[in-house]
Amino acid sequence: MAARKDYNGIWFTVPALALLSFSIVVPFLAAAVLTLTDQRMLTPNPTEFVGLENYSRLLSIKMRSVPKQVDEQGELARDADGNVIYERLRPILRADEKTRAYQIMTEFNFGESRYAVLVKDLVFWKALGNTFYFVILVVPIQIGVALGLALLVNSSIKGRTAFRTFFFAPVVTSMVVVSIVWSFLYNQHSGLINQVLGVFSGGGVVAINWLGSEQLALPSIALMSAWQGAGFQMLIILAGLQSVDKQLYEAARLDGANVWRQFIHVTLPGLRNTLVFVVIATTIAAFSLFVQVDVMTQGGPNDATATLIYHAVRSGFREQDVAYGASVAVVYFLLVLSVALIQRWLTRSADER
Amino acid sequence: MQPIRTVLTTLFAVVLIGALCVVRAAAEPVELKLWRHETRADELEQSFAAIERFNQSQEWWVVNVETLPAGSYTSAITASALAGQLPCILDLDQPVVPNFAWSGHIQPLEGLLSPATLSALTSGGKGTYKGHVYSVGQFDVVLVIFAVRSTLERYGIRIATQEEPYTADEFREFLRRIKAESTNVFPLDLNSRNTEEWLPYGYSPWIQSAGGDLIDRTTYLRADGVINGPKAIEVAYWYKSLFDEGLAEQRTVDEQALIQGRSVFHYTGSWEINRYTEHFGDDLVLMPPPDFGFGPKSGAGSWHWGISKSCEHPEGAAEFIEFLMRPEEIADLSNVRSLIPTTDEGAELSNYFNPDAPYRKLYEYAREYAVKRPETPGYPKISAAFEKAYLDIRYGKNVEDALDTAADAIEYDIKRNRGYGFGDR
Repeated sequence: MAARKDYNGIWFTVPALALLSFSIVVPFLAAAVLTLTDQRMLTPNPTEFVGLENYSRLLSIKMRSVPKQVDEQGELARDADGNVIYERLRPILRADEKTRAYQIMTEFNFGESRYAVLVKDLVFWKALGNTFYFVILVVPIQIGVALGLALLVNSSIKGRTAFRTFFFAPVVTSMVVVSIVWSFLYNQHSGLINQVLGVFSGGGVVAINWLGSEQLALPSIALMSAWQGAGFQMLIILAGLQSVDKQLYEAARLDGANVWRQFIHVTLPGLRNTLVFVVIATTIAAFSLFVQVDVMTQGGPNDATATLIYHAVRSGFREQDVAYGASVAVVYFLLVLSVALIQRWLTRSADER
Repeated sequence: MQPIRTVLTTLFAVVLIGALCVVRAAAEPVELKLWRHETRADELEQSFAAIERFNQSQEWWVVNVETLPAGSYTSAITASALAGQLPCILDLDQPVVPNFAWSGHIQPLEGLLSPATLSALTSGGKGTYKGHVYSVGQFDVVLVIFAVRSTLERYGIRIATQEEPYTADEFREFLRRIKAESTNVFPLDLNSRNTEEWLPYGYSPWIQSAGGDLIDRTTYLRADGVINGPKAIEVAYWYKSLFDEGLAEQRTVDEQALIQGRSVFHYTGSWEINRYTEHFGDDLVLMPPPDFGFGPKSGAGSWHWGISKSCEHPEGAAEFIEFLMRPEEIADLSNVRSLIPTTDEGAELSNYFNPDAPYRKLYEYAREYAVKRPETPGYPKISAAFEKAYLDIRYGKNVEDALDTAADAIEYDIKRNRGYGFGDR
């Protein structure tokens, strides 16, 4: 009988497995094969197997020292303040076949010696950093807001159905539309946000360059994304809240627990599984940031909002390098998979340990 | 003998019926599929009417048109090319023509179109790759500085002419003067909300005006020292200063700045003529782009017609394109949206550009200033690299670094594509 049961279980998974393999596994494998070639969008050249060349371009990173300038006497050249003058590295890199493909990511000093970190694909590394930065920014904001909203619309205030609808409205609005509207709001000179800030700051002219400054662009996008997406998490958390046993609150009240302690000791533990799901789902969604960037900043200013997906799409379509775009996508997939697995492991419940 | 006769008679009958069928089939017009991008309704209507006129004018071919959304048009035809599903006739944005030619998806038009038709066209009316014509266009656009006469007079700024265009430095001085007098305007609207192809189309002619370029056009293999050469660096610094000094906005909100007085100059394509003429009437002035030393230059090459390699009846497709290139067809299209004709005869007949018409000088600008974007299959990468560099510079990236990065990216791409048919490297 036991064997019979297992057999049934497998049959029940067949439809789901078939769909998953057609929509995810097969395309992924096809992409993985593409990354080992030089497949282009339009070319008369036959597609060739290039091994790991795409990955080597993507992931190569190395360090080297930056030579100091010397004058005719062989002395170190110094500027007016007595600082060492360094050579411009790019001509040196280009002259050597081994470093020709490298770009300078950053330079730093160690005493008077200067070193440069060299990579082959600068945008990829920036995009990698930006993607993690975005996740770190957006996940706490979005879930915090969603939890707050859920608590709010779960309480017995008047018109809570209306509030639920309002908070959920951005979720069902197209992200492209939301992004266009918000780029108007964020506009440095005529945007509503700066004008409102101007009124509150005593009528002065506020000209914060929300989307045009390297420091603010990604946080601005994160804020907007959290606003747009929070309604969805709110709904899930709301469902979680309503499944918390009412008797537990009653018991807590009898024990003299105030609202805060009820929240910490009853609500949060009751929401545990819901929150785990919400955190993992939000994180995965946050990793795939693309539309906002494509519409609002095109990866700029100066790659400050380039993300992995944006880089993949730009390489694969705009620059027609299908194989390279696929390589970025494969790296992205492995990254998201491992982050999700780590999260799952960290948040495993007691009986799983 | 009897059976043989029967067999022969039957055979004769079969052949006769077969032959009749062939004659009948030939009487039915052959279908030619056509794809074009969606655009403004009036231009589309004109296009459908022209196709209808062609279908009525003869009985051998019938052209069936299908329109695809403009935003994703080039991606759509690229994907169809990859899948081998291109229609017989299609329109293409001129800069991507060499890419399609090199990859073998469209065929050369010499031999299909008459030599007279080809030689009548301006350079912007022909899309070429390695000296062969692969596409032809009925219209072109030209870059113009739009301004309002009364506003310029108020600031005491002279009006530029074809004989005496603004030099780049002079132009910037004017912009600074305006900025100093009225701090709340951005004197120059550079269409900076537009991305992708607008950047190379709008800004790379400045580099050519300074005597530089995007790529070495003798070999199409070298970008280092060209796109990041001294002339290109000089222009990029000029461009950077516009944003650093607040003379132009990093990202405009709309296309209304000139009309609402939020800017004094609008640097854009001639497609804005209708809108501005309606609003400003005679107060509108059209001026050539700024001169960086070698005379004003303007982008050239707009939407073109091409014939796919997989087309079964290229002679029919050619007949259709030949029909579209007739002066009256070119003039008709030009009248709809003030698009600049690509032949002298077309211009003669057009309402806007005939020798006595108000915008004749735009036709002359288009002929005199036209520089096409580099005609190499590697153009998509050049375009993307240039776009990125110019966006980064606008937001403060070091000019040399931005242009060096572009040069490296272009050269890597050329190498990866084995020279794009221009010899190995």
